[in-house]
Amino acid sequence: MTDATQEQTGPMVAADGTPLKKSLARSLRNQKMRALALIAPLLIFVLLTFLAPIFDMLFRSVENQMVSDTLPETVAALDSWDASGTEEPGEDVFRALYFDLFLAAEAKEHTKLGTRLNYEQVGISSLFRTSGRSLDDVGEVWQDWLEDDVDEIWGEGSFWYDMMSGEPADEAVLDDARDRMATLTGDSMRGDIGFAPGEAISALLPRTAREYAAFAVFTAIEDEDVVAEEDPWEAVYAAFAYDLSQPGTADAIGSYTGTGADQLQAVVAQLDTMPPVDFKAAFAAIDQDWMSVENWAAIKVYSSRYTSGYFLNAVDMQLGPDGPEARPENQQIYMMLFRRTLVMSLVITFSCIALGYPVAWLLANLPARRANLLMILVLLPFWTSLLVRTSAWKVMLQQQGVINDVLVWLGIVADDARLVMINNQFGTIVAMTHILLPFMILPLYSVMQTIPPSYLRAAKSLGANNWTAFWRVYFPQSVPGIGAGSILVFILAIGYYITPELVGGTTGTFISNRIAYHISSSLNWGLAAALGTILLLVVLLLYWVYDRIVGIDNVKLGG
Amino acid sequence: MKLKSLTALVASTAIAAPMAMAQDMADSMTLVSWGGAYQESQKLAYADPYQEMHPDVEITWDESSAEAVAKLRAMNEAGNITWDLVDVVAADAIRLCDEGLAMEYDADDLLAEGDDGTSAEDDFGDLIVSDCFIPQIVYSTTFGYRTDMVGDTPPTEVCAIFDMDTYPGKRALEKRPINNMEWALYCDGVAKDEIYDVLATPEGQQQALDKLATIKDDVVWWSAGADTPQLLADGEVVMGSTYNGRLFSVIEEQDQPVAMLWDMQVFDLDGWIIPEGLDDAALARVKDFVKFATDTQRLADQAKYISYGPARASSAPLVGEHAELGIAMAPHMPTDPENSKNTLLYNYEFWADYRDDIDAKFQAWLAQ
Repeated sequence: MTDATQEQTGPMVAADGTPLKKSLARSLRNQKMRALALIAPLLIFVLLTFLAPIFDMLFRSVENQMVSDTLPETVAALDSWDASGTEEPGEDVFRALYFDLFLAAEAKEHTKLGTRLNYEQVGISSLFRTSGRSLDDVGEVWQDWLEDDVDEIWGEGSFWYDMMSGEPADEAVLDDARDRMATLTGDSMRGDIGFAPGEAISALLPRTAREYAAFAVFTAIEDEDVVAEEDPWEAVYAAFAYDLSQPGTADAIGSYTGTGADQLQAVVAQLDTMPPVDFKAAFAAIDQDWMSVENWAAIKVYSSRYTSGYFLNAVDMQLGPDGPEARPENQQIYMMLFRRTLVMSLVITFSCIALGYPVAWLLANLPARRANLLMILVLLPFWTSLLVRTSAWKVMLQQQGVINDVLVWLGIVADDARLVMINNQFGTIVAMTHILLPFMILPLYSVMQTIPPSYLRAAKSLGANNWTAFWRVYFPQSVPGIGAGSILVFILAIGYYITPELVGGTTGTFISNRIAYHISSSLNWGLAAALGTILLLVVLLLYWVYDRIVGIDNVKLGG
Repeated sequence: MKLKSLTALVASTAIAAPMAMAQDMADSMTLVSWGGAYQESQKLAYADPYQEMHPDVEITWDESSAEAVAKLRAMNEAGNITWDLVDVVAADAIRLCDEGLAMEYDADDLLAEGDDGTSAEDDFGDLIVSDCFIPQIVYSTTFGYRTDMVGDTPPTEVCAIFDMDTYPGKRALEKRPINNMEWALYCDGVAKDEIYDVLATPEGQQQALDKLATIKDDVVWWSAGADTPQLLADGEVVMGSTYNGRLFSVIEEQDQPVAMLWDMQVFDLDGWIIPEGLDDAALARVKDFVKFATDTQRLADQAKYISYGPARASSAPLVGEHAELGIAMAPHMPTDPENSKNTLLYNYEFWADYRDDIDAKFQAWLAQ
């Protein structure tokens, strides 16, 4: 009795005793997994070759690691500097800049950063390029003093190597140098350096040890030379001079006993003849633009690892020291181009509907033989190269072109007042309507073919006149075709690039022309990515609106 | 199936083996150039003779110079450089050098000395505008005009483009600020040696745009070098700027009623860069080719096919006649003394800095 009750109230079970619900779910899941496994190759292919590169490209619109990777110490030092003030940064920032920039110049990374910052602040490109060449001169001042006034031995790479090496080794300094180089160049800096800085010397001359370690890593791994045989960089001399200028170093050298202690003491003895350590003055001598607050503000504002700068730029704003602000009016262009692109794409879509609808109707209602002939006429331009068709419109529309010639010959237009029909919006609309027309006609045609002609006849036999029969009976059934054609034409139009470039002149170009410009000419890929992302979002938004109003289920490509 | 792939494997190792044993030079090269008549002149003057000397070397051409900077950057990011030698204008070479995408070279080491014994460094002189740039030709952006549309007073100076009364009709100008801004300031009374100082200021930029605004409605803006010759041939414009070689071809080869206006032509340079990161074999081959292709005679030879001036001083006396038309080429060179009485040298440094800023203003002005 109890058993029977349990069986009635408990879950239904399958033949093998598991609950039916569970068993059903499992078999459904298996089925889904099988289906997924079937499409997996395609899915992975699409993800890897299509979506991943697109997202990688779009991600550039916020990426900005380059500034802090190239000038890490400078960016940190700039933290305490007030970008909205009128005072340029202090000596500590310039000192950090010298060592950052010297290393970047050795690795040839500084001009890259110059190009990137030049998008935000005019003149930084050449400032970085020319400064990169002059950094050696700054360090040479102390190198010459050491070699000529103190002891020739300071010019020898092997002496430096012996002095800087030592037991026990200070591995932290070396690891720090490896990381620094790896961040800067993006390459791995693992490998044998053949040098380890001594703990004693790195405690005595910390900055010198740091720069010498960087020199050693670069020499051993990038140049593949032997560290002991190479003369150190000018930056090492500059670091040495800086260490010497620090209070306490002279005293500490007095009690130092490691390799080079005698030479070090000789340097200390002549310390009062050492050229002054003033990196700010050195940069001012290289280029007066280093004293410009605007340049430093640009570096500081764009020093974060991710930036909204590109997106702001793409909507005619810019990132100032006090946050986002509008661009000067004479540089505003993108919002206008976005608006123009949308409006003109809509005009093109409606022109395609107006021209395509009657053609599709004819195609669907003519006897098959003549419809096929017409179909070929529709498809023929479709098979012709885009460039050829666009160039043909040039021949037709230009002022000495076919249409103007005919109008002049007919006397409708005076010879000295020929119509301007190309290199403006009109030219773009005409050429693009022509090029995109098949994308409207084909879906319309395939939908219209499925509308039985008997419906129209029935409507008329019930008393509707021609217009009412068309408008109330035929047209509603063709709306899914209009929807499909409109989406195709509109989305193609919004991203069109080559035709507006060729026939659009100045008033008929689209946002995609600017994107192309930033990809291939100005190389401002971040801005191009931001513009592209906005365009993508606008299209998705419009698609969503369309779905809400018309309903995406109402779109048919045929059948 | 297995058998097939096995044979394929054997076959590929059989082919690969002798390659792996490696002569020190690769036996194929991909050269990148601009296509059209210019690339043809390079093929005839450099590549064909080189292949005659080295019959086993295969040369592939890629017509991508216009997008070379962007493509090289993409190749570099992908870690797969497929080009061996790239022809670019000097401004692009500077940018590629800045980005670390082009290889720095030593002129006396890489390039042959001149026929007259001058070192390569001196022979090319100032034209080596970047440590990565191997100059090849001097070209200029200058104006051509329809001889049948200017009446009895053909223009003799560049400011004719702003003179709507004497020369009514449309003009063709390039759809970018470079050159146009300089011409506008020059014709607005700014002294030639002060142009870039003025253009560096916002007021100067506005002054140039204001001057251009006086003819804005009558300008057809071109973006491809072939546009202006086409517009001139169709009679769409009365005058227009383009590269001098294009105009030469319209005037001499196609015999159109067009003439040159050399006044205030803007000199620019075109040449090779070697991409950074080639492997040793490819680099050895490219170096060998470049040494040959930029020697005195080869650069002079190129002028047989196209009216661009050789970048070596020692090549100038060797410039001869056009290969097909048989006319002397020297008078058609932008560097000919008769043509270069009043010229402007493209200021690379200035435009590297101001390009983005002025371009934003220029495009916004155009779109108004």
